[in-house]
Order: sequence, then C-alpha cells, then structure tokens
Amino acid sequence: MAGGAFRGGIHPPDRKAATCGSPIERAPLPDRLTVPMSQHLGAPCVPLVAKGDRVVRGQLIGETDALISAPVHAPASGEVVGIVSALTPAGIRATCVVIAPDAEQDRDAYVAIVPEHEGTGPIARAAGLVGLGGAAFPAAVKLVPAKHTPIDTVILNGCECEPYLTCDHRVMLESPDRVIAGALHIARAVGATRTVIAVEDNKPDAIETLRGAAHDGVEVLSVRTRYPQGAEKQLIFAVTGRVVPGGKLPATVGCLVHNVQTAAALADAIEKGLPLMERVVTVSGAVARPGNFRVAIGTPVSSLLALAGGLTPDAARVIAGGPMTAQPLGDLDVPVVKGMSGVVALTAEEAAPIVDSDQPCIRCGRCVDACPMVLHPYAIANYADRRMWDGCERFFALDCIECGCCSYVCPTRRPLLQLVRTGKGALMAKGVRR
Amino acid sequence: MSDSTEPRAKVAPASLPPVAGVRQVAAGPHISGAPSGRRIMLLVVGALTPAALWSVWCLGLPAVIVYACCIVASVGTEFAWNALLHRPQTVTDGSSLLTGILLAMCMPPMTPWWICMVAGIVAIGLAKMLFGGLGFNLFNPALVGRAVALLSWLGVMGELKPYAGGWLVAVQNVPAAGKFDAISGATRLAVAAADRAAGGAYHFDLAAQYPALLFRNLAGSVGEVSAALLIAGGLFLIAVKVVDWRIPLGYIGTVAALSWAFGSDPIFNVLAGGVVLGAFFMATDYVTSPITKKGRLVFGVGCGLFNVVTRFYGPMPETTTFAILFMNGLAPIIDRMFMPHPFGWVKPVKEAKAHA
Repeated sequence: MAGGAFRGGIHPPDRKAATCGSPIERAPLPDRLTVPMSQHLGAPCVPLVAKGDRVVRGQLIGETDALISAPVHAPASGEVVGIVSALTPAGIRATCVVIAPDAEQDRDAYVAIVPEHEGTGPIARAAGLVGLGGAAFPAAVKLVPAKHTPIDTVILNGCECEPYLTCDHRVMLESPDRVIAGALHIARAVGATRTVIAVEDNKPDAIETLRGAAHDGVEVLSVRTRYPQGAEKQLIFAVTGRVVPGGKLPATVGCLVHNVQTAAALADAIEKGLPLMERVVTVSGAVARPGNFRVAIGTPVSSLLALAGGLTPDAARVIAGGPMTAQPLGDLDVPVVKGMSGVVALTAEEAAPIVDSDQPCIRCGRCVDACPMVLHPYAIANYADRRMWDGCERFFALDCIECGCCSYVCPTRRPLLQLVRTGKGALMAKGVRR
Repeated sequence: MSDSTEPRAKVAPASLPPVAGVRQVAAGPHISGAPSGRRIMLLVVGALTPAALWSVWCLGLPAVIVYACCIVASVGTEFAWNALLHRPQTVTDGSSLLTGILLAMCMPPMTPWWICMVAGIVAIGLAKMLFGGLGFNLFNPALVGRAVALLSWLGVMGELKPYAGGWLVAVQNVPAAGKFDAISGATRLAVAAADRAAGGAYHFDLAAQYPALLFRNLAGSVGEVSAALLIAGGLFLIAVKVVDWRIPLGYIGTVAALSWAFGSDPIFNVLAGGVVLGAFFMATDYVTSPITKKGRLVFGVGCGLFNVVTRFYGPMPETTTFAILFMNGLAPIIDRMFMPHPFGWVKPVKEAKAHA
C-alpha cells in the first residue's frame, strides 16, 4: 500500500558522493566537552553536578521534571571543570556542563540508565533520546501510546533528503539490525500493525541492506528522491497516502514517524541500557577529508572540523546540518549536540547569495509551484514584509513547515523563508493557533 | 515606498562582519538553485533574438531605428529614473532591455523615431517605475507604451506610408487592390476585416496568407515578420521552463476556437496580427499575469476571448494590446479566485455554521 508523491518540492544537487562511502569513524575525545543542558525542543535541564565533581560515562548530569524535555548524560568519564553559559549551535546561550575527559578511559564502559517506569517511553526518556534527524523533539513524548488516537503505522524516516548528509545512510548500511530492532520496539510500544522503513531511492544499497536484515514484517519502502521527502507530513503521505490535517499531529491519521538513528539509539537504550551520549555526524563540503564520525555530545565543532582535515581556504560558510534547514555557525567552538546531523562547509560559490528583503518579487510563481505544503509563499512574505500579519494568516502562514523550497527557487533571491518565519512568529506571538 | 513611516521588517542584513574565522553567517536555506532574475530576462531576450534579427533583415533601416529608439528610451528611462531619485540602479536586471525589444516589436516599422522614444519613456516611466519598478507594475509596460503611442498619434500611426512595397505585398492578392489606396497602411487583418465587412467582395483568401505570415510578413508590426520564429522562441521558453504553457495555450487555443466559431479561418486569425507575439511574450510577463496555474489558464483564455470578440465586433481589427492590458487589470482578481488550500487543509464546515 504505497501512497502518493507530494506536490511541489525541489531537486537540489545531493552532493552526497563525498561521504556516502565513508564508514563511520569514532572521533577521539577532545580536551573539553561542553554539554548543553538544552539540546532539545522543550524545557532545559538543571545540572545535577557541580564544578569539581567527577563524572563517569553515562552518568545523569542534567534532568528536569518537565514533560517535554530530555535528560542529559556525561558523554565521557572525567572531571566537571565548570558550569558555564555558552553559545550553542542554535545561536543562543545555554547552561553547559564542561567536562575535562580523563586521558585514559574505557570508551565503551557506561552507567546503564535507570528508567522510572516500565515501557518504551520511560526508557527513551531515561536515555535522553531526542529526534536525531535534526528537530531534536524529545522521543519519549511521541512513544507514549495515546488513548484516543490509535497508531497503526510506524514509519522510520531514512530519507535523508538534505544534500551533503549521509549519517543516516551510513547507520542504515552499518547497523541495519539496530535500526530494525528499534523499529520493532517502537511498533510494539504503540501497538502498530505496520512498520515501514522509508528510504529515498537514491540509496539503493541501504534499501538492499535493510531488506536483507528485515524480519517480523518490517517493510523497507523505496520512496521518491525529492526534497523534502523526509518532512513528516510528506513522508506519511508517501508511505500511506494519508494526509495529516493542518495543525494536527501524525497520530490523527494513525501514524508515528521516527528517524532511523533515533530508532537505533532506542534499541541500544532498551537492550543495553545505553543513554544517548554520541551520535553520527556527517562532516562534508569544503573540508580536506570529508567523512562520517561517531562523536561524543559536547565535542567542539572546531575539533570535528580538525578531524576532517580542517576547512579548505575557500570555505565561506559553516552550517550545522543540511543546507536547506541548517543553522549557520558564527562560532566554530560551539558543541556538537544531539540534533546535529552534519557540519557542512560551503564555499562562497556554493552558498546562497546574501541579499536583503528589498529584492522585488517578480511574481514568477516558482515558490508557489515548489511549496510542498501548497501555500503561496510570495504572498505570505509580501504581507510579512509590510507587517500585515492578518494577510499572513489568511494565506495559511502557520501551515509552513519551513523546508526552504521557496527561498531555494526564488530568482530574485528574496528571503522568503525568513519573511514567512517572521510572519509565523508574529502570529504565534498574537496567540493565533493553526 | 521607502519613505513609509512604518519600518519594513528587515530580516537579512546585506552583510555581516566575519566571526571567528567564518566569513558568512546567514539564515538558511544555504543553497539556492533557480535561474536568477537576470538570467530569466536574458533567456526571453534570447528567445526573441531570431525573430528580431529576421525582422531587421527583412525591413532594413526603419526597423533598426525602431529597435534602437525603443531600447535606448526604455533602458535610459530606467537608468535616469533611478539616478535622479537616488535609487539603487536596476538597469542591469535586463527587464528594461526586454521591455524595449518587446515595445519595438509591436510598433509599425515606419513609426517616427520620436514616437518610439516617447513610447519607451511612457512604458518604463509611467507603466513601470511610477508603480515602484520591477515587480510592482500592474500593466505590461511595453503594451502601455504601445497603447499610449497608438492612441496619442492615431493619425500618424494610422497613416504610415507603406514601406518598400511591404504594405503593397499585403494587398496584392486582392483583386480590387486599387480600392486600398485610402488605407495604404493596411495589414492583412485590416484587409480581412474590410473583406468581411464587404461580405467577401474582395475574395481575400485567408489560407493563402499562411506562408507570408509564418515567414515573411512585411505588412505588420516590426515583431510580426515571422510568426514561425516567434513560435519557435516561445516553445523554447516553455521548454526551459521560463514560461508556463498555460497562458499561450489558453490564449491561442481560444483565438483559434472562437474565430472558427465566428466562421473565420482559425489559423489565419492566430498567425495574423499580434496574437503569437502577445501570447508567448507579452501575456506571459510574470509581473502582470496571475501566479497560480489555474489562474494562468483563465488569464490566457480571457486574453483570447477579448482579442477575438473585439477583432470581429470592434472598431479595430488588431486588439492584442488591449486584450492583454485588460486581462492584466484582472490578474489580481483572477489570483484571488484561486486561493491556496494547503496540504492537509480541511474544509471548515463547523466554523462556517458557527459564524452563520
């Protein structure tokens, strides 16, 4: 039961060749790990350790009672040398626990997690799991079975539709058993009858590997390579043909979507009690030695870049993630966080030109054709540019998923996504709900 | 516009200082993949070039003068406007060059140079820059320029001397050619209209005009010399996805169907006059046509309807200019007919009842 091809979208050059054949290497520990207490959507954690404390790998170092949050664990054994306010990749300051890792340590030893309750959700919570595809939404929240909206289909997102990134691709190739085990754990947790791993058809090797390892009815579905295929609503449509109503959660149509790396990490948490302390990060673009690295959370991006041979002289812009949705990095000493799927360096030629909002809209309609949410980005942007927020609302600004297709295709390089975001922010500040 | 007291929402500074060894910090998306606005303009100019060069070859110096005056006036007006008002210079975006070429192509070849200049100044100054420049004009600048020139100097434009036998070629198939001395500037459309009015007394064979209209029509505007080259250029623009096929198809399809319904030759009515030039190059102007796909089809059909109805029942045989200008004015309303329904949109049934 395959679904549909979403309308719109774009086909950017994928630039994955540089790293899709690079096996995951484990990055060495840096001198200092700066572990932010807020790496996820939701409430920040409170540090449980103080300067001078010794921590062991896997020890809980940050926690909160808030429902939408994820605890933080020590990614290595060592000494807490400070609790500081430091810049994170999101461009904001957050409380960080700075750990000086021991020079000699067993990097495979860890303190197993202690879930408060039985069940997959509490384990995901105790392991500090967040969506590893980039959104960093606390995974446990999605794993609690809802009473009113039964879930029949679990979809693992292995699309990796962003250019450059290959970390999910490598995880699917190198740890297919973990991915499939995770998928089955999620399916059991929510009582789903169908479990699908969706992979874009530009990764035939991953599809073949997963199919070879699949068992217990896990389907591996090849989906069309088109950005943003990995966006939740577009993926659900591709797999099931169901359309998530605007402003509603996927559970409304009986679906639950998790990233493949999240699933693999969940399998480790359930079967081994392993908390989330590392993730696979693609380092690509204008670096000497692009590759995929298993990195301890808190490792400075600069150390990771050094591991990849450093930036080449023509590197003009460094971003945290895929180029369509990534945050730009102004400071390269920010730490790797749970939601960081890649570090990509772009040359001035590759990077989108920097323009200001005075560029005129020539009404060519390319943004209208490209929008996978079937919006009129030009109209929302024009209203936002003039601070006419009611116009933004009338053109459904709050339905925007911020994929960036509109900005990508704009001939006059209008900052459409930023303008739409401005409009969304203003509407949300006014209390307008989708 | 920039004098508005309400500051516009600035979201992206033009440049940022280098931070920690990285030179650029800008909001995403960090890559872009569409042809630039200038490239699009130059593609359209390129698509017009064969037809323009052929018209210069066939018509000679008068065509050169028309092209030169229209282009100089258009580009010069935009340059001067920006310079005098201390606005950022925009002539390099290529749009005023395109307007100049299109304007020239819809002027008669013997148009005096000063009318061409005035038309160019009106096209850019009145129809474009006064509205706020590229992207803000409601009406197609080239067509406004032509309309103003035509209506201001109806006598001059209407009594143009036939050039190098060009107009005579148009009427040589008419047995009673002598009767056309009074309207020596007759285009094939005018001849056909006169023939129709006279109940077919002139025996003007429309089908016999196809080869001339396609390849070497000297009795018409500068740009109408070869419909075949215009069609080729238009198909090229559709192939490179600069132009949406819906507008030309809607326009030409409607002209053909409706003129057939009115008992005339559909192919003649498509090829004669400005329909081909208008359908592929004028009506498809992004700024002045609808932005939605359905809207573009409606727009094209509307142009065709207006064009044919006025051609058969109006005072002038050639109304492409006014058909497109009329539909330009309706374009924003057409867009409003096709508001988006987002992916996942649910018809708000309950809310509607609650408000009722």
